[in-house]
Amino acid sequence: MSLPFLFEIGVEEIPDWMIPDALENLRVLFEKLEIPHESVTLDATPRRLVLRAEGLPARQADSQERVLGPAKSAPAQAVAGFARKQGVKPEDLTVETTPKGEYYGFIKKVPGRLTKDILAEALPGIILRIYFPKTMYWTGKGGPRFIRPIRWIVALLGEEIVPFELAGVRSGALTSGHRRLGAKEIAVTPADYVERLRHHSVILSAEERRNRIREGLAGVRVKPDPALLETLVYLTEFPTPIVGGFDPQFLELPEEVLVTVMRHHQKYFSVEDAQGKLAPQFATVMNIDADPEGFVRRGNERVLRARFNDARFFWETDQKKKLADRLPDLAHVTFQAKLGSYRDKTKRMMALVKELGGKTLAVRAARLSKCDLSTELVKEFTELQGVVGGLYARAQGERTEVWQAIYDHYKPESMEDAIPRHLAGRQVSLADKLDTLRGCFRVGLIPTGSRDPFGLRRAAQGVVRILVEGKIAVPLLDLLEGNQQLVAFFEDRVKFYFKDHRGFKYDEVNAAMAAGWSNLVDLEARLVRIQRLRPTPDFEPLAASFKRIRNILVQAGFTGGGAIDQTLLEPGPELELYEEFTRIAGQPIENAISKLRPKVDLFFDKVLVNAPDATVRQNRLTLLHTLLAEFSTMADFSEIVTNS
Amino acid sequence: MPSFQEIIFKLKQYWADRGCIIQEPYDVEVGAGTMCPETFLRVLGPQPYRVAYVQPSRRPADGRYGDNPNRLYKHSQLQVILKPSPDDIIEQYLASLEAIGIDLRQHDIKFEEDNWESPTLGAWGIGWQVMLDGLEVTQFTYFQQCGGIDLDLVPAELTYGLERLVAFLQVKDSVYDIEWAKGVSYGDVRHREELQYSVYNFEMADIPTLWKLFGLHEGEAARLLAAYDPKSPEKRRFPLLPTYDHVLKCSNLFNTLDSRGAISVTERVGVIQRVRKLAVGVAQAWLDQQLVQQEVAL
Repeated sequence: MSLPFLFEIGVEEIPDWMIPDALENLRVLFEKLEIPHESVTLDATPRRLVLRAEGLPARQADSQERVLGPAKSAPAQAVAGFARKQGVKPEDLTVETTPKGEYYGFIKKVPGRLTKDILAEALPGIILRIYFPKTMYWTGKGGPRFIRPIRWIVALLGEEIVPFELAGVRSGALTSGHRRLGAKEIAVTPADYVERLRHHSVILSAEERRNRIREGLAGVRVKPDPALLETLVYLTEFPTPIVGGFDPQFLELPEEVLVTVMRHHQKYFSVEDAQGKLAPQFATVMNIDADPEGFVRRGNERVLRARFNDARFFWETDQKKKLADRLPDLAHVTFQAKLGSYRDKTKRMMALVKELGGKTLAVRAARLSKCDLSTELVKEFTELQGVVGGLYARAQGERTEVWQAIYDHYKPESMEDAIPRHLAGRQVSLADKLDTLRGCFRVGLIPTGSRDPFGLRRAAQGVVRILVEGKIAVPLLDLLEGNQQLVAFFEDRVKFYFKDHRGFKYDEVNAAMAAGWSNLVDLEARLVRIQRLRPTPDFEPLAASFKRIRNILVQAGFTGGGAIDQTLLEPGPELELYEEFTRIAGQPIENAISKLRPKVDLFFDKVLVNAPDATVRQNRLTLLHTLLAEFSTMADFSEIVTNS
Repeated sequence: MPSFQEIIFKLKQYWADRGCIIQEPYDVEVGAGTMCPETFLRVLGPQPYRVAYVQPSRRPADGRYGDNPNRLYKHSQLQVILKPSPDDIIEQYLASLEAIGIDLRQHDIKFEEDNWESPTLGAWGIGWQVMLDGLEVTQFTYFQQCGGIDLDLVPAELTYGLERLVAFLQVKDSVYDIEWAKGVSYGDVRHREELQYSVYNFEMADIPTLWKLFGLHEGEAARLLAAYDPKSPEKRRFPLLPTYDHVLKCSNLFNTLDSRGAISVTERVGVIQRVRKLAVGVAQAWLDQQLVQQEVAL
């Protein structure tokens, strides 16, 4: 008999961004039970994590187990005792031949356990093992931990309850509807669960909630914002979008400020007019079915008006004091307890910008870059740091290069985000990030595992991207103050960038980096060359030969030095290889590869490196070492993984 | 339309009906209702407790001379502590909104993740900000730690922002236009206070004097804490509550100095830690003292 399984963990509102990962976790934990099933579906709303599976057996398959008893030579008493213990007659025992001799044995039939029992035993542990970034306890000290208090649990195998208790909650067949539009207790079966929930204003499927929001906004020019859409999908059980408006006078404020207020503080979509300009409207998503009287719309409009009024008040207040005059205030803004104030940081950044080759305007931008931290607007909307400074600098007549550099200097904030648009902005951004990294590593604030409170990985990734994509060919390693932990940290970031972000093969990245990676622009150029060379027919065999050369050199303990003695070269393949090498030395490998490869192959085919005569052997090793060194400035080709 | 004071009456009545003691505001300056002994100390230990009180909460840096319609140096919080938290706490909370006239069928409520933390008190909890038609009206927290101590019973703390809530209900764009009582506005009652405290905090507070006061209160709290003896048979007489008052004084002086721009970067973290050390000390001693009082009661 095959049964459906319904498992719902009823929880107080789970933070929206944690839900998708928690569901995936739940799936993995369930699969680990290895209960046969046909399909698994996972769903969630803020108040429930749901796993539904089809086609579970009522009982696991029976199995057999061989139980060995006393040796065949044992007294009859012992044999009878064994039989009695197994609940069989002595004549039912069989004699088994094992490597150790003959023993009495018995094939025991183990009846398959009831699936219900397996689940009842396993589900409490599964619930508690779902990973959440931050958990709480609620039943008292030492009690179970979960993301928020568990208030009900539905666990049904077919029509039957899978019985267990967790945190004082007994599993059952009662779910709960929408907080305001549904009943608190609703009896369900696996068959009617989704429809019963719908009847109580809970749309179980995230996809359906997503579509309901999209459809509700059809005809409104909403600025696409997939991340906000996901937030709203997991913040609601019955989402209904509505559109509100604001006084067009607020459009005098910078769009960045208006959008931030709507997006980050109110979780509103912003709306555009037909020309793509910001319209005096917003869209919000309610967690109820309708707003017939317009209460919700008017409430949200008033909140937004107050927020915009605040922003306008801050904007006007901030204009009374120029950015340049705010520099001394930065002495009162902590950068990091052990690393001093933002005034100190600014000084270090200005020096770094110069070191990076920044001109007067870039240094000016660095000087003003952190001044917006003392403005009311940034105190209120911290995510607008940099942007606000840039806007104020523009309003205060700073040159385009300067204000844009300030505006951009926190970029890139993610792998998808653009790097600063001009050189000055790139230099200021590099100086900012490098200063943070150097300082934090100096005082031991080094990221471990998932803990990276200062966002150092992102900062280092930003440095790598700006250097490569901004074509800034400075020696990165010279900027790391000789801190080996920081060098290793950057090495990981560089690898990650070229492999995972740019799609180079890992062995190509290893090969190119083994030939040096301080100049990332050069590294990128070499990687592109390797990538182009790789499909050519001579490449992999030559790479294999290089690997062979390296192994020979390593085995011989040869570390170079000395010149090739031409008189010792044997005519034939060895001399030919040497002559070919002298002809192509200094040329890019792209030109040399097709000529070099046959000579190398022939050499290995015909010549014994490990010659009996020590001077000849030494000379051959020198030849190979010279050859390897010549072509290893681009990459250490022996790192390339070949099929041969 | 209910007035400011009528809404306070209703909320107090609502929570009194659910077993809360109705306390009066604490008479030492605090930055939040959480800092009052009725919360900070009562959440410690194994004794159940339910209390509600309005607490004027002072945040010197938030003062705006009475010019800004939404920002106040001193705002009023209705603080509710239910220890331990009942299973239906969210339903009870939502019903409290209904009790003050909010028809939840016609409004949008969302619970958005917001975990509260107070470094100076060594306290933190897990919870939400409750959004009513896009307006944050309540901070909802399940306390986990206080004074650096894991709590025996997990209390639910509800902090209603009364000015916001009432401005919402009365449909006012400025808190100063709220009707406090019939014919009397919030501005009539409080505007002068906002103006004068802003002038004092931002312009006239004498920094050396405030530092001196800070040092005096810190010294007195530290002296008392050092004198607390967990082994003393007389320890239940020990004045931990007055000790805590001095810690609160330190906290408020720190906030004032901060709004005055008088705390340098290098000092800042250190000063927070000094206050925290005292708060944690009081919490630990309080827990110890409470245990002995239980034994006496047995």
